[in-house]
Amino acid sequence: MMKRLFTQPAVPQQQAEVEDTLKRIQSHKGVIGTIVVNGEGIPIRTTLDSSTTVLYAGLLHQLTLKARSTVRDIDPQNDLTFLRIRSKKHEIMVAPDKEYLLIVIQNPSE
Amino acid sequence: MSSKRPKNRASNKAKEKDKKDDTDFPSPDESATESAPPDYIFPLVLTSATQELFGCRADEDVTGENPYKLLKKEDIIQDMKTRAAVSDFSPVKHTVLEYPEDELLLVFDRDFTYGQSFYLVLTAEAKENILKPSVLQGEDVEVMEQEEEEEEIMPKTPESHPWISLGSEQEIEKESFTDSRPKLRYKISRLLRDFGAPVRFSDRSALDGKEGFVECPSYQDKSFSIRELQRHTSVQATSNIKHSSTQTLWKCPKNMCTQYEPREFSADEKENHLQSENLKNFIQSVVIRFEMALQQNHIMNVFCDDWVALCEDESALTGKTETQLKEYQSFTDLHYSREKTISHLQWHPTISGVIAVAMTERMSFEERIDNSTKLMLNPSYILFWSFSDPINPQLKLESPEDVLSFQFCPSDPNIIAGGCLNGQVVLWDISAHVERLQGTRSGDKNTINTLDKSNDPPVVRYCAVSGIENGHRSPITDIQWLPETFEVSRLGSPEENTSQISAQIVTCAPDCCVMFWDLRAPHVTTQSLTETKNKKKTEEMPLENPHGVPNTFKHLNLTWKPFIRVSLPKIGTSGEYSPLKFSLRDNTVDYPIVSTADKPPPNSEREDGSGFGQLPSGKEQKPLEHISTKLYVGTEDGELVYTDWKMEKDNDSGRLYSAKPSHRFILHDTLVNTVSRSPFFRDIILTVGSWSFAIWKEGVMNGPIVMSSCSQKMYTAGQWSLSRPAVFFIGKEDGSIEVWDLLEKTHEPSQTQNISITPITCIKARSISSKQHLLAVSDGLGILHILEIPWTLRRSSSNERKNVWMYFEKEEERLLYFHQRKLQHEKEKEMEAEELRKMEPVLPQKQDEELQADALKEYEQYLSLETITLKDTNLLMGTDDASDL
Repeated sequence: MMKRLFTQPAVPQQQAEVEDTLKRIQSHKGVIGTIVVNGEGIPIRTTLDSSTTVLYAGLLHQLTLKARSTVRDIDPQNDLTFLRIRSKKHEIMVAPDKEYLLIVIQNPSE
Repeated sequence: MSSKRPKNRASNKAKEKDKKDDTDFPSPDESATESAPPDYIFPLVLTSATQELFGCRADEDVTGENPYKLLKKEDIIQDMKTRAAVSDFSPVKHTVLEYPEDELLLVFDRDFTYGQSFYLVLTAEAKENILKPSVLQGEDVEVMEQEEEEEEIMPKTPESHPWISLGSEQEIEKESFTDSRPKLRYKISRLLRDFGAPVRFSDRSALDGKEGFVECPSYQDKSFSIRELQRHTSVQATSNIKHSSTQTLWKCPKNMCTQYEPREFSADEKENHLQSENLKNFIQSVVIRFEMALQQNHIMNVFCDDWVALCEDESALTGKTETQLKEYQSFTDLHYSREKTISHLQWHPTISGVIAVAMTERMSFEERIDNSTKLMLNPSYILFWSFSDPINPQLKLESPEDVLSFQFCPSDPNIIAGGCLNGQVVLWDISAHVERLQGTRSGDKNTINTLDKSNDPPVVRYCAVSGIENGHRSPITDIQWLPETFEVSRLGSPEENTSQISAQIVTCAPDCCVMFWDLRAPHVTTQSLTETKNKKKTEEMPLENPHGVPNTFKHLNLTWKPFIRVSLPKIGTSGEYSPLKFSLRDNTVDYPIVSTADKPPPNSEREDGSGFGQLPSGKEQKPLEHISTKLYVGTEDGELVYTDWKMEKDNDSGRLYSAKPSHRFILHDTLVNTVSRSPFFRDIILTVGSWSFAIWKEGVMNGPIVMSSCSQKMYTAGQWSLSRPAVFFIGKEDGSIEVWDLLEKTHEPSQTQNISITPITCIKARSISSKQHLLAVSDGLGILHILEIPWTLRRSSSNERKNVWMYFEKEEERLLYFHQRKLQHEKEKEMEAEELRKMEPVLPQKQDEELQADALKEYEQYLSLETITLKDTNLLMGTDDASDL
């Protein structure tokens, strides 16, 4: 990472912003992990270990596709903005986009 | 109407065509939309006279359907000449004179579209055009005219015409029915004499004659044999379809596996993605939603089910005030309970519904001495009661003397150890009679055991009894088994118990001793455990021996002696404490232990330097580090002593002696009759003295964390509730039970209930099932009462444990706080006293000076007083004046 910063000086600002934002999310109370996934379900950036990341990325990518197609089937002018899955142990939040997917796993306060 | 429509369309089209050609000239149909008259139209008012003259009377000559009238130019000019200015046509005089043609068109404007009832068309072209719709070139005109006419005719009601015959009435006549002659009437009836005559039936064969039966044979009906001459068929060409199937033959099974790994990006690609603009935008747009969601979760739990949370806190849903202990059953025996009292009772640990009680004579010491011969002849018993039979006890355990306390062995419920009045420890083995006990167990039903009708329950003799000279010298008041988790060595240090069988007993008696006994053969305890482990296994552990009763502990009989004798020397003074009850720490050990550092139970933090905590860990497996060897002892004098049972070696003489107890608390005035630990908290102890009770916390050495006020009646027994951490039961001298709920009230019991008339001797609780919790209460008359604990007392609320814990902590803090305050007070007092002492030497000096000054003053005053009085009484010497003379 450090090498990159020196060879491409114009870009780090952007990257820094991205990093900052992701760090901000990660530092929220109760957040266990954050994963950024591309459009095909391949993780780009993660704070969890790689096997868990791959598991979450694959499963949630498919679920998001299904959810999105469901929403659009019901009303073609509608679109999925946010998906929250609440389980006994924690809550998984997914924000889809055209190209990317951001997944955050949080342990709710109680 | 529908047929008219296309014509309409055609007419419209034609009109539209006109319209397109001459857009200036609107057709009469469209004239309604126009408001301002165009130039060629001149609205005219025609008086009735003019109308008659020109033959264009409104609604007569000229109607709405036929509004056009061609007026001769000459006529108009003539009119104008005759009437000059009065003429209606005067305004258009010019136009008329200039008009090229002979005839002008006058249009009756029914609808007043141009403001007047008539209008004159001023130009020839307009005239032509207006008239065009009605005078069109070719057939279309006629058709349109006809259409218009027809359309105009339609609304007219049809006029009736006479009917023209076309020959149809003859056909109708042919088809219709008419009577050619009048109808004939016949009336047929039977002869009158046949009415009511008896009927005679006879047989007739169906085959007689041709009229016998009627046959309807089938025949080929010609009308149905139609020869098909023509037939319509359709043929379709399709492609060739062929069905076929195949089956794979799995001749050679072969294992196949697929291994996959997820697709991942390399580091470079990840970098590329991370730096892309798209990602940045995406993240920024999405972050807002996330923050909202994260914060929402933070603020409150949306999915919390209020209903469920509500009912937990509320009291019983039944609404009934079932707070009383209901009497479930009571046991008393005619033979064995007479004049006896129950000293101790215990529930059978494994068989539910079986309870054992120890019967002792209700005599004081002197009476015992007096009746000693009689007592020797009558052995004392421990009776086993079962719920199925309330009249006859199931089993009787015979003991040499009255048993004051006994307990079932935790690892083998067939072994029972009891402590006698004379200081002996007695062992029983009831393995032979377990089936009887189990067979009679029938839970709640009170079925009398009809199979075994023997009224006399079997008697089990004791299999071993300790030696009299080696045992206690006073009645054994408390006996407990050590749990199977650890053993105690000769030195008192706990070691792991690999056999997982409880083999050691601890007893205490008011002879100021706490003794440890081992069930195994005596020589085992002196050697190291590694050697004797094998020997133990080969030597037929007495507990594994399934032989009859007498052989079980034969090796111990009459020679049994304790291997550790812990004395309780008094702190500060000489003498010893006389224990009545004791309570050991409930130590749990995890097996197998690989390293001693794993999973320390909570008690490990609480021990204060018992000496063995500094042993090297890891390899040494035998001694257990985290067992607390401290025990609380309640004494005869109402003290609670906290001591360590580990023996210390006296370096000089090599003898083992026990250390002085670390703490001692005087609280109760008379003997302590219960020292029991709470089943929920390992370090909370309840001690019940005669007039009060106290709750102690192990580790808090200042005093009890909760102390009750003195009660009116003596307390005789105490027991924690098994299901609710805040509840405990206290038995009183007047036979009533107090239920104390620490979360409800701490200054008085939450309820009191009278059970019997004689003092309660022992209380033990037991949960039979989740729905039934029973409390066994024994009283002074020898009656065993079984009470059912109501729902409110057995159901703990969700936070009860936490609340009780917090309450205890609060009390502890209070205690510490007050202790601190007390210390502070003392310090302050000392400081004040010092200051006072400092102040004292200064004052007396001052006082001396003052005293002197005061004395001088007084003396002077006295002198002056003296002179005055002497003067008054003329007794003053030396000052006589010559004036007196």
